[in-house]
Amino acid sequence: MTAPSFPMGKATREAYGDALAELGRANRDVVAIDADLAKSTFSWTFGKEFPERFFNIGIQEANMVGIASGLASSGKIPFISSFAAFVLCKGFDQLRMGAAYPRLNVKVAGSHGGISIGEDGVSQQSVEDVALACALPGFIVCIPSDEHTMRAAVHAAAAHQGPVYLRLGRPKAPVVHAPDVRFAFGRAIQLRDGKDLTIVANGLLVAQAMLAAAALAAKGVEARVLDMHTVKPVDADALARAAKETRALVVAEEHMHAGGLGAAVAQALAAGTPAPVESVDLGDRYAESGKPDDLMKKYGMLAANIVAAAERVLKRK
Amino acid sequence: MSPSTAELESIARRLRLHSIRMIAAANSGHPGGSLSAAELVTALYFGGVLRHDPKRPDWPDRDRFILSKGHGVPVLYAALAERGYFPVGELMSLRQVDSRMQGHPVQGVTPGIEASTGSLGQGLSIGIGHALAARLDGKDFRTYVLMGDGECQEGQVWEAVMTAGNYELNTLTAIVDSNRFQLDGAVEDINSLEPLGGKFASFKWHVIEVDGHDVAAVLAALHQAKGHAAGPTCIIAHTVKGKGVTFMENNNEFHGKAPNAEQLQVALSQLGGA
Repeated sequence: MTAPSFPMGKATREAYGDALAELGRANRDVVAIDADLAKSTFSWTFGKEFPERFFNIGIQEANMVGIASGLASSGKIPFISSFAAFVLCKGFDQLRMGAAYPRLNVKVAGSHGGISIGEDGVSQQSVEDVALACALPGFIVCIPSDEHTMRAAVHAAAAHQGPVYLRLGRPKAPVVHAPDVRFAFGRAIQLRDGKDLTIVANGLLVAQAMLAAAALAAKGVEARVLDMHTVKPVDADALARAAKETRALVVAEEHMHAGGLGAAVAQALAAGTPAPVESVDLGDRYAESGKPDDLMKKYGMLAANIVAAAERVLKRK
Repeated sequence: MSPSTAELESIARRLRLHSIRMIAAANSGHPGGSLSAAELVTALYFGGVLRHDPKRPDWPDRDRFILSKGHGVPVLYAALAERGYFPVGELMSLRQVDSRMQGHPVQGVTPGIEASTGSLGQGLSIGIGHALAARLDGKDFRTYVLMGDGECQEGQVWEAVMTAGNYELNTLTAIVDSNRFQLDGAVEDINSLEPLGGKFASFKWHVIEVDGHDVAAVLAALHQAKGHAAGPTCIIAHTVKGKGVTFMENNNEFHGKAPNAEQLQVALSQLGGA
């Protein structure tokens, strides 16, 4: 099988803005708040079309979460957007008290997730947001990989009664799914089947996983690839099948090692069908400034790293 | 017809009695900040200020009351029980396992509680959300947020104050229970807020200062706030922490400590409940 060639699509943040505006047209109760990053998170796509339902409150992430709590308590469906690093870290207590504990219908979009935001460096690179969001009881935590799954995730978030965290990415994302992709929170999407191991990935690492699977195929190793867009609740059934049928897994994510997709996969496997797992992630550290591609290479989150992890895990079968 | 001032004073005393009994039964809780807020809560719930229906806590057109200083919840539970949101007898289960009388307010658990608070500084932001929802829906319900003065040291309070002022949220009223103490001592000694009224005013709020134990004055301030159309109103209520029980008044030892059996008898006797 030849290496897949994915057309470059929109950044998932841009797809988020487009989908939010679609929601706005369909549902008057959808409102959006941003904290002075509306042009970067693309919430402005909604804001320019629905100025009366859009609140750019300035640089106040904690206040933004609290306002969303009140709006949701009075029947609105607030989508709040900022950089993932800011809304999760600065708004965490407010998310805990004002969204998770009362299980309110608050939707949180954390943009510029991971280190692929590049040059701005560590202060803007969100590498712990998934762990933080997963630590909020009742939250759905979802990291779509391309514009089509992001659009579906935004609509699913609005349809879901309860708090949702969506991670958005800054760079343009390869289109790995069809426009009519079947999407549901907690349901992994199998992009490729294989019998030797399973690569579980989300976000930008899904395209890398597909490249890695092609490279492995050239060596005679057949890898299944799962887009595990939802980290919480993770698709335990798909993981159990993967463990039973392929007996080895690689988890690839643009996040620190602790508390992310790898942790969710390991917990699910340990509770059901244990299997060896190797990880491709940032580890236990921060990155630095640099071009996104240079960073992904230096910090080991490319297809080549997934191939190496696959070879390690195959030896543990 | 609205109750007389004397009747309201009597209700405030009853709320204090409930608060002290609850905290003593739990042997845990914060008497000082409940006692300082008794007239404020009385004016809101018994003075004809809040539009609400205890049989329909989720009525969309109800006025919202958010207790941002969540540790003062005993006096709010007392008011909600007296208004019929739940049986008065339930008050004595404060802080016990399986009780709806949680140690700090919990939205969705206790009828009449509008927000989960206790992590200070968050209530005013939530109030802004309600006020914005009212504006979007063309509804006329009002939103009241009761904060502590020490709580105003939280940065989020000023994010919210700035935003509410700029958004001219005239259905939003903040009430500061200014009892001058926080857990570790006097607010003035720890990190002064003065001039507190000037701070709110500089953020485009209408500011009213009242004696927070003069229930008629509190009512007048709340009515004035309703009539102020240009933006949000802040009522700074000057209060005495522990008000009504002499050995608790301005005695910060009772910020977060229950009275013992002997102290309880003295307190009940002073509040006319023994």
